[in-house]
Amino acid sequence: MNKAVIAASRFGLGARPGDLTRIERNPETWLLDQLAGPARLPREIRSLPDSADVLVEVQDVRREQREARNADEDIVMRYGQLVRRHYIDQANARYVVAAETEHPFHERLVHFWSNHFAISADKQPVPAIAGLFENEAIRPNVAGKFFDLLMAVEQHPAMIVYLDNQRSIGPGSQLGKRANRRRSDQQFGLNENLAREILELHTLGVDGGYSQQDVTTFAKVITGWSIGGANERGRFADGDPGKFEFRELIHEPGRQTMLGKTYRQSGVAQGEAVLEDLAVHPSTARFISTKLARHFVADEPPAKLVDRMTATFLETGGDLPAVYESMVTAPESWVQQFAKYKTPHDFVVSSLRAFKHTPDNPRFIIGALDLMGQAPWRPGSPAGWPDTAEAWGGADALYKRIEWSNTVARVVGSRVNPVDLGSAVLDDAFNPETRKAVSRAESLSQGMTLFLASPDFQRR
Amino acid sequence: MISRRQILKSIGMTAAASSLPGLAFANAGTDARFVLVVLRGAVDGLALAPPYGDGNYTRVRGELALSSPGSSNGAHKLDGLFGLHPSLPTVGKLYDSGAATIVHAVASPYRARSHFDGQDLLENGATRVGALRDGWLNRALLPLGGSVGDEQAIALAQNTPLVLRGDNSVTSWAPSQLPDADDSTIARLQRLYADDEFFSVRLEQALRSQDIAGSDMASRGGRGNEARQFAELMTSAAKFLTTANGPRVAVVELGGWDTHANQGAENGALANRFAALDTGLANLKTGLGDRWADTAVLVVTEFGRTVRVNGTRGTDHGTATAAMLLGGAVNGGNVVADWPGLRDSNLYAGRDLMPTTDLRSVFKGVLAEHLDLDPAYLNSRVFPDSGDAPPMRDLIRT
Repeated sequence: MNKAVIAASRFGLGARPGDLTRIERNPETWLLDQLAGPARLPREIRSLPDSADVLVEVQDVRREQREARNADEDIVMRYGQLVRRHYIDQANARYVVAAETEHPFHERLVHFWSNHFAISADKQPVPAIAGLFENEAIRPNVAGKFFDLLMAVEQHPAMIVYLDNQRSIGPGSQLGKRANRRRSDQQFGLNENLAREILELHTLGVDGGYSQQDVTTFAKVITGWSIGGANERGRFADGDPGKFEFRELIHEPGRQTMLGKTYRQSGVAQGEAVLEDLAVHPSTARFISTKLARHFVADEPPAKLVDRMTATFLETGGDLPAVYESMVTAPESWVQQFAKYKTPHDFVVSSLRAFKHTPDNPRFIIGALDLMGQAPWRPGSPAGWPDTAEAWGGADALYKRIEWSNTVARVVGSRVNPVDLGSAVLDDAFNPETRKAVSRAESLSQGMTLFLASPDFQRR
Repeated sequence: MISRRQILKSIGMTAAASSLPGLAFANAGTDARFVLVVLRGAVDGLALAPPYGDGNYTRVRGELALSSPGSSNGAHKLDGLFGLHPSLPTVGKLYDSGAATIVHAVASPYRARSHFDGQDLLENGATRVGALRDGWLNRALLPLGGSVGDEQAIALAQNTPLVLRGDNSVTSWAPSQLPDADDSTIARLQRLYADDEFFSVRLEQALRSQDIAGSDMASRGGRGNEARQFAELMTSAAKFLTTANGPRVAVVELGGWDTHANQGAENGALANRFAALDTGLANLKTGLGDRWADTAVLVVTEFGRTVRVNGTRGTDHGTATAAMLLGGAVNGGNVVADWPGLRDSNLYAGRDLMPTTDLRSVFKGVLAEHLDLDPAYLNSRVFPDSGDAPPMRDLIRT
């Protein structure tokens, strides 16, 4: 199989017609050069608002809702519309960029990390800010040190609200002590949600060697990691509204011991010191390397590949470009068979790229992904979307792909010859049998449906 | 009406696999219907079935404590110790008529607090996370047969959850708003897929589901919020389960139970979730019609939540919780619980409801009595290493 096809399909987001000729000269360089590339944000993304402004806007409407005693239908509607408008704008920007980008490896990494650090749009107000989180916390950090990425994520307001950390109060903090003296019926205290998911899902992995005690201690360490400005109940006026704010008032004071180490720092520095250690922990190195290799290479990634990436991660202190390079230059990464069944997201994005078709109605893309079981930024849990064929291989999900191929082929299919398109984006991965079936279709649009729904195109 | 699949068969275009005779269910020799509802996110069992008669209940639950039966919007009385959340009226009525059993202080063998590992064990039926890559319900169906085009079981979801994945052929269905591909295109895809088993098997399954679902269901359940979608999926599940030669087992999922903050008591986030569940169960019962008499519905979650309220008026990940078994086939009207109590010294790890019943005993009891499965097979294949969790008895009417 032509190495350019592998580079474009497995590591990129699928070839656009014309891409393969450019990639052919040196597929590995084509991939690695992208890491240094996109310092400038795509126009679609630059034109989106700041998450801080959106958070404040959304919270204002919520507060209004709360204050209007009789749940006024207008305000409820207004909230829904506001959130939906932001969600659609952000999803639209994401898929336009994915369809058009010249740096598809970089873009795939953005999507990978956004899913690794998943915040799910089924919890308010996440749909209004999920895309902004991806652009602000993930996008600028995918080609740096893992620690920087981790910090940007855990201190991003979207992650903090998603996992409730702004509500977590140190029982021994000034506010905690005062509040618990005053009211005996309701205890103010810890919420371990963010602490647990950082350990389980973001760094060490569930078997990474931490205990319930470590979770509880870590929850104390990061009390006070919060968001500036008044919350929806109108409390806490200080700090930059909608931005990360460390609140000493609710932070559990004193030294803390977790994972066998004592952290004597005070304030926000204590949590940062823990993250610094977690970011270079051997369990983290293996967990991240395994997930990357599974995403890019195979559902059951070759042990040798994972070992090599883990070693690179540890030697370089979590330097992500070095880890990517050790993957891209490994022979195991270029096996001649497409081993991955595309996720709905992969499938839709690679179709758009094959057509060179920029969606003009974003709802069509969002609706399609929702139907196939992968609505943008809505995995339903902080674990993110699964990354194996068995998770995506439902009979119904395949049927939805066929229906969608059929629908999209009717829209754009008559303009393009599907046989030429197949050769242009799959080259020698376009199976002769598939080519025959496509060329014998009764119409251009049916040929396009067969091509998109073919096993050749649905794997990478 | 001639189905799409019949048309395709008659013109000789189906893949070889679908030409197997459709006798699997006839051989199964049972009219029993089984529905597994998986509630993802860890349901608070102390809210589902509050032990209002436990002297420590009001103290440990604080603002999350539900009012006792008899008071306004209080729990529905189950017995002298337990009540039922007031947002589960359908379950309450079923219980009163002897068609619902609540099992309390129940847990899978999982003892840590990760949702994802907890769900893995809940569904794979093993004692270690990742020890088995297929689901217990799939293995349980193997003796009953089932083949491509004649599946015993369906997941009401685009993709199949772990509990139903495995060697036995199962299918999945979810509503769609996209126009159907025409028969000629489908027939060509069947030929194109013929040499690729992954694709050909799935397409055959999907086509059969399309036949059963028909056009009236095509747009059902895809719109609206998750609660409404669940209610409509349950109606669809009933339709699949009442189709001649259709599946006899269905799996439906509902998320949104991870109530870390502002959980609420009689009203609020968790109450709304219970109401959504209850509406779905009512729809299922209505849709099944006469078949309800042969049906058992098991409602389970991966683990429970902390006994005490956390710092944000919610609860964190815990251990034991409650499960529900309902249906016309159920020998109910009772709460099954070896109640561990809520004194601080009774709690698991000082924070969670102590598990005293193994959830696998419930699974095994239902499978043995309702689907007539051999207990030895259940022990060896379906739930390996479950000798210490004997099947619970008398769950199903004889």
